[in-house]
Amino acid sequence: MNTLLISAVLGVLMMFSGVLLKSRQVIRNLAIAGMAGLLLVNILELGGTTFFQINTRDMMAFDRFSLLFITVAIFSTLLYLVLSAKDMEKVGINYAEYFALLFFIVCGIVLVSSFKSLLILFLGVEIISIPLYILTGSDKRNLKSNEASLKYFLLGAFSTGLMLMGIALLYGSTGTFSTSFRLGPDVKPSALMIAGMLLLFFSMSFKVSLAPFHFWTPDVYDGAPTVFTSFMATIVKAAVFIGFIRLFNNAFGLMHGQWQLIAAIITAATLFIGNITAVFQQSVKRMLAYSSIAQAGFMMLSLYALSAEAYEGLLLYTVAYSLATIGIFAVLIKMNDYTFSGFNGFARYHPLLAATTTVFLLSLAGIPLTSGFLSKFYMLKITLASGKGMWLAVFAVFMAAVSVYYYFRVIQAMYFKEGDDPKIQVTTTFKWTLVVLAALVILLGVFPNLLLYWVYF
Amino acid sequence: MPVNYYIFLAIALFSIGIVGVLTRRNAIIIFMCIELMLNAVNLMLVAFSKMHHAKALAADAATTVGTDGQLFVFFIMVVAAAEVSVGLAIIVMMYRNIHSVDVNFLNRLKH
Repeated sequence: MNTLLISAVLGVLMMFSGVLLKSRQVIRNLAIAGMAGLLLVNILELGGTTFFQINTRDMMAFDRFSLLFITVAIFSTLLYLVLSAKDMEKVGINYAEYFALLFFIVCGIVLVSSFKSLLILFLGVEIISIPLYILTGSDKRNLKSNEASLKYFLLGAFSTGLMLMGIALLYGSTGTFSTSFRLGPDVKPSALMIAGMLLLFFSMSFKVSLAPFHFWTPDVYDGAPTVFTSFMATIVKAAVFIGFIRLFNNAFGLMHGQWQLIAAIITAATLFIGNITAVFQQSVKRMLAYSSIAQAGFMMLSLYALSAEAYEGLLLYTVAYSLATIGIFAVLIKMNDYTFSGFNGFARYHPLLAATTTVFLLSLAGIPLTSGFLSKFYMLKITLASGKGMWLAVFAVFMAAVSVYYYFRVIQAMYFKEGDDPKIQVTTTFKWTLVVLAALVILLGVFPNLLLYWVYF
Repeated sequence: MPVNYYIFLAIALFSIGIVGVLTRRNAIIIFMCIELMLNAVNLMLVAFSKMHHAKALAADAATTVGTDGQLFVFFIMVVAAAEVSVGLAIIVMMYRNIHSVDVNFLNRLKH
């Protein structure tokens, strides 16, 4: 509750700061300080201190898991701001407004990860999406950015329509918007309810870009300004995934048998399309877009298995994926040439950046000692523990092996090819934050309990 | 009037919206079809809300069960308004740059 209200207020504050403050440096520092404050109040709430006592009428529940995820999301956003806030200057003149929109998105993230009513889920998803449409199109003179935002907007609004229809059908069959409705032990779910559930499933798959509904992702991620791609491919996607698993565990957990097969097919299709298409990309940015689809396929395994450990695994996965991808994007933003050959000989001129990027890429590929490996291991473990997911686990391992190819292409370009100096300027803070990020990626791969411990205690 | 008439009408409107989104090429018309979908949902929510309310009234004359569906409609309206303002702004921005709102022009990203 702390975070929800304070992030909304901070968003408005950032909007005014654009009018009142002239210096971009001050605006940036204000945003970073605000995000750090947000992190602080959320940790306080995790420790039991709430500043606001508000009766949510059972529409929201701030349990340990949701609070922990919010902490992680805000922490990642903070690192993202420290790394990339300066690069937002290049996008356009409305510098303070970008931060305001980011704070509003954080507000939506809080709603999505703690809802208990479909109303809050709908509001949360929309509060996340609408600022993202704006951020995608924020490079106003760039035709690619325009196109990406129009495409994102039309398809996003369409999927919102589907989601609302699903909610309406569900309301028709249960008479409540609460996600904790329970069918009697022998009651078969009605056709109305199944239809509503499927519509919700498809619209949520759309929002997290799972396979048959992924077609917007590469175009939007490619067209959007790279700074904002970094944010929406990581933290936003993770948050919507948390909403997805919350919805399907709380509301449809007892009907798991009815949709498990669909989840399996969608997972397999996502893994296949994401990984195979990523192999053929020439641009690193577009490759990362497809890689985000592939990683979403892995995260989807947690919905397939849906056990208590699935939550832990998903949390670890979102952290590992977000941290590594934010790091790679932070380096990518600085590059002038987004193709693979743009990275040629990068290690000779920027050894530190190349080394940290290598750590992030290894984590995404799932090489042992990184958090990416451990989270992939978790996902496979819960899939096998569910009893019938053998073929899916084998297929996922095979696809992870394919993914090594395109991640290692970047490493190969950086270390084993000759190229010109990319002539990029980085500050010391940037370098140190990247090192911290890489250290976290490795640390969580060795001691995942540093994070998972907090789910229970 | 029985509640199924409203539901059939809502589903018909929703389907018209979906068909429109999938077949039309003008961004503004696609957008209108999306609005049609949202309003079909509104109609459906109100119909279901009345249905649940009437059922609960038979047992208890002072019940408020089933009114939450109508509350949801207000939220959909607010969100739809926010979406319209952002969406039209995006379409206008597009129009300024390419002097067209035809979505067939949206293929620059497919190399």
